[in-house]
Amino acid sequence: MSQRQVLQGNYIIAKAALAAGCNFFAGYPITPSSEIAQYMSKEMPKINRAFIQMEDEIASLGACIGASLAGKKSMTATSGPGFSLMQEHLGLAAMAEVPVVIVNVMRGGPSTGMPTKPSQSDIMQTRWGTHGDHPIIALYPAFSDEIFMETIRAFNLAEKFWNPVVLLLDEVLGKAHEDIEIPEPGSYEVFQAAPNQIENLNIYDRNMGENPPRVDFFQGYPIHIDGLEHDSHGWPSFEPKTVDKMQRLRMEKIFHNLDEIIAFKEYEVDDADILLFSFGVSARSALAAVQLAREQGIKVGLFQALTIWPFPRAALQKRMKKSKKVLTIEMNLGQAKYEVERIAPCDVECRTLLRANGVPFNPSEVLQAIKEM
Amino acid sequence: MRDYEKYIRYRTFPTPWCPGCGDGVILKSIAMAFSELKLDPNEIIVVAGIGCSGRMPTYFNTNTLHTTHGRALTFATGIKLARPEKLVVVISGDGDALAIGGNHLIHAARRNIGIKMILINNGIYGMTGGQVSPMTPPKFITETTPYGNIEPQFHVTELLIASRATFVARETVNRLLPLKQVIKKSFQHPGFSVVEVMSNCHINLGRRNKMKHPLTMTKYIEENTLKKEDYEKLSFEERGQKFPVGTFVEDLDRLEYSDLYYNHIVPLAKQSQQGGKS
Repeated sequence: MSQRQVLQGNYIIAKAALAAGCNFFAGYPITPSSEIAQYMSKEMPKINRAFIQMEDEIASLGACIGASLAGKKSMTATSGPGFSLMQEHLGLAAMAEVPVVIVNVMRGGPSTGMPTKPSQSDIMQTRWGTHGDHPIIALYPAFSDEIFMETIRAFNLAEKFWNPVVLLLDEVLGKAHEDIEIPEPGSYEVFQAAPNQIENLNIYDRNMGENPPRVDFFQGYPIHIDGLEHDSHGWPSFEPKTVDKMQRLRMEKIFHNLDEIIAFKEYEVDDADILLFSFGVSARSALAAVQLAREQGIKVGLFQALTIWPFPRAALQKRMKKSKKVLTIEMNLGQAKYEVERIAPCDVECRTLLRANGVPFNPSEVLQAIKEM
Repeated sequence: MRDYEKYIRYRTFPTPWCPGCGDGVILKSIAMAFSELKLDPNEIIVVAGIGCSGRMPTYFNTNTLHTTHGRALTFATGIKLARPEKLVVVISGDGDALAIGGNHLIHAARRNIGIKMILINNGIYGMTGGQVSPMTPPKFITETTPYGNIEPQFHVTELLIASRATFVARETVNRLLPLKQVIKKSFQHPGFSVVEVMSNCHINLGRRNKMKHPLTMTKYIEENTLKKEDYEKLSFEERGQKFPVGTFVEDLDRLEYSDLYYNHIVPLAKQSQQGGKS
């Protein structure tokens, strides 16, 4: 029987991580994500899994990558300032193709900003925070059941695509205690890459669009993993043809598998003249506003992104073509709106409802913006 | 083929190191230590950061990982805690370990996590073309101290001792047998160990300081090398740029981090669960 309980968002993530088979956690205290580390420090040793508090966030992600390469499912959790520090190792995880889950419970920024206030201003940093072209997957739940399932999915995608996955959460949702029915183990997929008996050094060899095979240390054949650009053997190589191929291999494993990675929810979109685009806590305000507007006879629907990177381009474009008006609602001064504007068909009117003052939108404010469309 | 050669990945040669560089000596000493301990190459992982030292793992026929600048210890910490039974070796340079990676170094030492660190001290950033490092001797000319270095060096052994390291030793590239022996001894140490190896960078440090020949530079190192006992007899003024070699700390009493975690914390946590408290 599944259990119904009231849990803080951060605890839901921690519980889901355990359910997904996370067996290595390294972290550094930071508001508003610390509860995740606290829960893990208490629960992980009970089941012989590793927890360590490192000296900073750079070290935390480094330890996670090391553990992943040693065969563990690893996770770290942080917030804006820590996420900034992690960018260096996020790049290494993308370059060396290492699965790792990074939770970013977002708070107001830049710099120390507002540690105890929500913000959705790390959207673009999540995509482009580390230097160089690199693939990234970022998931963004809004409701308590989504927080659980997207955490499971984050581990599955990391393990499947051998890539870092960022799980974004809003400060208010990390801290809020909400009703949740924890799903029964077995009612959802937990993906575990099959152990790969490595027999030669050609570890990154594959066709365009394919996932890399599992590459772990200590699998019977000593291998080399490098943050330098490398050939299919992992050896450092700057040979133009090789570099071009490896760069594209890393990107294409994501772009050939969008159907599996992209998730979204649509509410009342079939006959909508106005389409709201939102995510996280703003999508909750937007959904409440959709209900209010519908009561007043306004035909409005909501597209809620659950996968924010790669951007749910095709699905959103399809909806925009029908609605002709789109309102992007986000708690920042305009980040995801650039993606929406970039992909919008030319006859679609793009508007925004933006705010970065640490206060989530009231549904009535969203309703007002809908009426002004 | 000699025994130690099975630990060397000849197929990745040539190395990027300049002719006469001490790194080759260190590579061989480490391989010899592996060989004498009869280790299975698949049970070893060598991790490094960035710089000339950072390129060394590529040439070991073991599991190898080339990471970010100064942060090899963090990856190694994850590996050691994930797989405590493996031999985890970190190779670092003086810029890597003591400037950008200084924080990771003192915390790895404090934790006593069973990583075996080889800290190659050549007193310069070599890979980037010869900029001042935290271990460049005072007054030396470098690319970023064209009028002479005004910063003092770290006392590395004292820094590590203050950080509670349980194995601290120093050797030089001139003393092959003691170097191999101390590396071997450090590999057998259960906790965190550091072997600082004084090495030569005649190209990027020596050349600008009247020591452009590798032998002039190794001679400079030799002239400044003193046994620990002899060094201690010198007055502060007499010590100058001289440095002692030998083993400074070998504490076998303190338990290693992953040993403590799995054999102390895990049973405590399991016990608390059985007690019925969540």
